[in-house]
This record gives sequence, C-alpha cells and structure tokens, in this order.
Amino acid sequence: MPVKVLIPTPLRAYTSKQDSVDLKASTVGEALTALTAQFGDLRKHLYNEDGKLRSFVNVYVNDEDIRYLQKDKTQLNDGDTVSIVPSIAGGNRR
Amino acid sequence: MATKTDIASAATENAVTLSKDEILRYSRHLIMPEVGMEGQLKLKRARVLLVGTGGLGAPLGLYLAAAGVGKLGVVDFDKVDFTNLQRQVVFGTKDVGRPKIEAAAERLGNLNPEIQIEPFETQLSSENALEIFRDFDIIVDGTDNFPTRYLVNDACVLLGKPNVYGSIFRFEGQASIFGAPGGPCYRCLYPEPPPPGLVPSCAEGGVLGVLPGIIGSIQAMETLKLILGTGEPLIGRLLLFDALGMKFRELKLRRNPDCPVCGDHPTVTKLIDYVEFCGIRGEEAPAQQTSVPDITPKELKARLDRGDDLYILDVREPHEYQICNIGGHLIPLGDLSKRVNELDSSREIVAHCRSGKRSSEAVEFLRKAGFRKLWNLKGGILAWSDEVDPSVPKY
Repeated sequence: MPVKVLIPTPLRAYTSKQDSVDLKASTVGEALTALTAQFGDLRKHLYNEDGKLRSFVNVYVNDEDIRYLQKDKTQLNDGDTVSIVPSIAGGNRR
Repeated sequence: MATKTDIASAATENAVTLSKDEILRYSRHLIMPEVGMEGQLKLKRARVLLVGTGGLGAPLGLYLAAAGVGKLGVVDFDKVDFTNLQRQVVFGTKDVGRPKIEAAAERLGNLNPEIQIEPFETQLSSENALEIFRDFDIIVDGTDNFPTRYLVNDACVLLGKPNVYGSIFRFEGQASIFGAPGGPCYRCLYPEPPPPGLVPSCAEGGVLGVLPGIIGSIQAMETLKLILGTGEPLIGRLLLFDALGMKFRELKLRRNPDCPVCGDHPTVTKLIDYVEFCGIRGEEAPAQQTSVPDITPKELKARLDRGDDLYILDVREPHEYQICNIGGHLIPLGDLSKRVNELDSSREIVAHCRSGKRSSEAVEFLRKAGFRKLWNLKGGILAWSDEVDPSVPKY
C-alpha cells in the first residue's frame, strides 16, 4: 500500500531534512522497517536496545494511536498517513 | 466526546461583582452572550496558576490578565536575559537582569490592575508543588523541560486539577488539556521522558519567536474555555501545529488504564524525584565531561601564542560557525563518524563547541576511535569570549 510517513521536526536531521516520506507497506511495522532501512540513523531514535518502540515516541495511523490498535501489526490502507510524534520540551538549550 | 468541565462554577460562589471601570474594561466580553456578565464573573472568581514565564508564559500571562482572570499565580525563578526578548514578549529591554517574576508581575499589573497577581519566586519542586497548586483551579504548563513537565502533570493528577499543556520545538508545537476528569494525562501520552542523550542538543534547538506566541495563545484560549465551561475543550485530543507548513492536525488521546499516575491501579501516588526520573544528573557539569581532559580558554590561548601545533576542531553546525568562530576546522558532531579520516591522530586536537557539551561527546567519540592527544575546550566558545576575546559574540 502506498502510505505517507510524517517526520517530526526533531527527527528530520536523520531523514535528509524531509518532512514526509512516501513508501509502500501493509502494516505499521513494515512502514517503520522500510523507513529505517532507508534512513539508518533514525533507528536508534525510534527503537530502544531491545528493538521496542521508545516510550517517548508515539506512532499514529491517521489520528489513532497504534497502542490502541494492533501496535506494529496495525494494517495500513491505501493513502493512510503514519505520524511519528515524539515528546518535545522546547526552548531550552541543554 | 470530551466532557465539558466548568471549573469556576464548582468554586464557592462569592458575592463577586464588577465595578463600573471593570464593566467598561471587559465590555467586548460582556456583549458576547457566550461570556456575558455571568462568564466575566466566572473569570473574576477563577484562580489560574502559570508555571513558567518564558516563551509560552509570556502570551499566557498577558492574555489571561487582560481577560480578567481574578487571581493569577506565576511561578519562576529565573532572571530576564537578552536571549529571552526574541520571544518572551512580556519583558522589555530594560528588564534584562531583573527577576522574571518581578518584571512579569509589574507588566501584568500594569495591563490589568483589577486582578490579583500572586508571584512565587521559586523553582517548582516535588517539595513545594502540591502546596503551591492547592489554591488554584487550573494549572497552565509553560515549562521548557521534562522534569518540570512530569512534575506538573503528576501534581495535577494527584490534586485532580486540569493541566493546560503546551510545548514547542523550533517551528513545531503541541497543545492539549491533561488531568481533566476522565481524560488522559501527560504520562498516558508519553510514559517516560527521552534519555538526555537523545534529547536534541543545542545545535538542533532554538525556536522561531512567534511559535510560543501561537501555542501560548492556544493554551490561554483553552484556559478561558475551561473557566467559562463553553465550547469543546482540548481534552482527549493532541493538537499539533507545524508553522513551516502552517498546518494544524489533531490526534486522539486516550486515558491509559495502565498509566502509573492516572490509571486504574496507580503506582505513583506521591511526587517523586523528577530530575532523577528524567536521568539528568547535573546541568552545569554533564556526566561525560568529568572523564574528558579539559583545556581552559586561557591555557589554549597561551599555547597558541607559544606556537604549539594544535588542531582546533569546531564541532558545531555550519550556521553557528557563521555567527562566530575562532578559526577552527568545522566538522559538526553529527558528521564526525563519517569524516573522522580527515583528522590526523598524530597531532594534538582541541575540540570545541558553544558551551563544551557537544565537544566533550566528540572527544569521547575520538578517544574510542583510537585518538589519544585530545582536549576539550572548557566552556566552549562562550568561555573563550568571556576569558580571552570579548569581540567574539555570544549567542
């Protein structure tokens, strides 16, 4: 399925500054695998050492949180938008 | 469907009235049926606490004071500095160096002398948060760091008070209302903060000046709606704003039954150590720096004057190099692994960045890569400007 993955500002440094990436995938897991295959540096920002999605990164299919769907097995339909939404706490320069 | 909350009507109905001056001041509210006399009196009876008077707190304070929120608490412990003025519109140039709380209270009091401003010149902590929050109906989170954000969230959940949330990064913002009855809290959204190493460093930080004005104004609007009990509050919804694309999006939020704070079986039942929770050890001296050999700006200057062969490695970003530089060779920290072959391990290398944090990571990386003659410029280009060459601008 052709889907669009939206990249948040803090992670655009790892996607050659692209704010969205179009790819083909039938589940969320496939989409993220394809994304991190294309942009290797993104991997450690999305997954922890155990290969689990980090707890300060949420993934949505359209406006639904995949934690309340089938997580990485959530099916994607043609034209779905996958959003990566990390926590931000701006302004501060530490 | 989100539940409407009507905060002020739950408070004790004091015999509050509006003076003739106040009626004139609030006339554009009073002629709207959605506010009217009843709504304006709710605003006057409302007690709102603003945590932080930074980029978000500035528009929040101005609009909430102007709207006639009767009691406005403000918490901050910082002083106004020049870098604040690009976005913290509650302050003026003459306020630089003054405590933020003092300057903000003066400005807000001048904007609306009819309201009561209660300043708390202190750093919000696990020891004082519950005590400070207790006397307020709504808490507005205008903080800029994770420890305070989790502290505000947990304290609001423990006290059952709504937390009007906003957060910004560069040109992107988030807003929501947490801790409302039946609604989610910040931990339902993000159970844990990012580890410090993965928080974008100062190279990637910064914020477009208008952005906190937009997000802070959204928080102010949601605060007024909560007080008035009107409209659809941003409960159970996360609003995302992308300034570059000028797009608003909305995501669904759910209360997590397994949430450690607001879930069905909470494990966090009192405030904890949030600095530890966020894994931040000491802001002045990052952990790595202790193991990295430092050179002070004065020592470096003396060695350069002696003609020692030192290779100055600047690990900042190209746009920072344009602001100021000390003639170093620019390899941004993020590119170092790819460009390490440009460095000669037989020469002494002095790495520097803005404040010394990124360069300490660079030194650590180079050491692991087999380099031995390494120094980290202590305090970075900021210290160089302070101690050696004041003509180098600070940023």
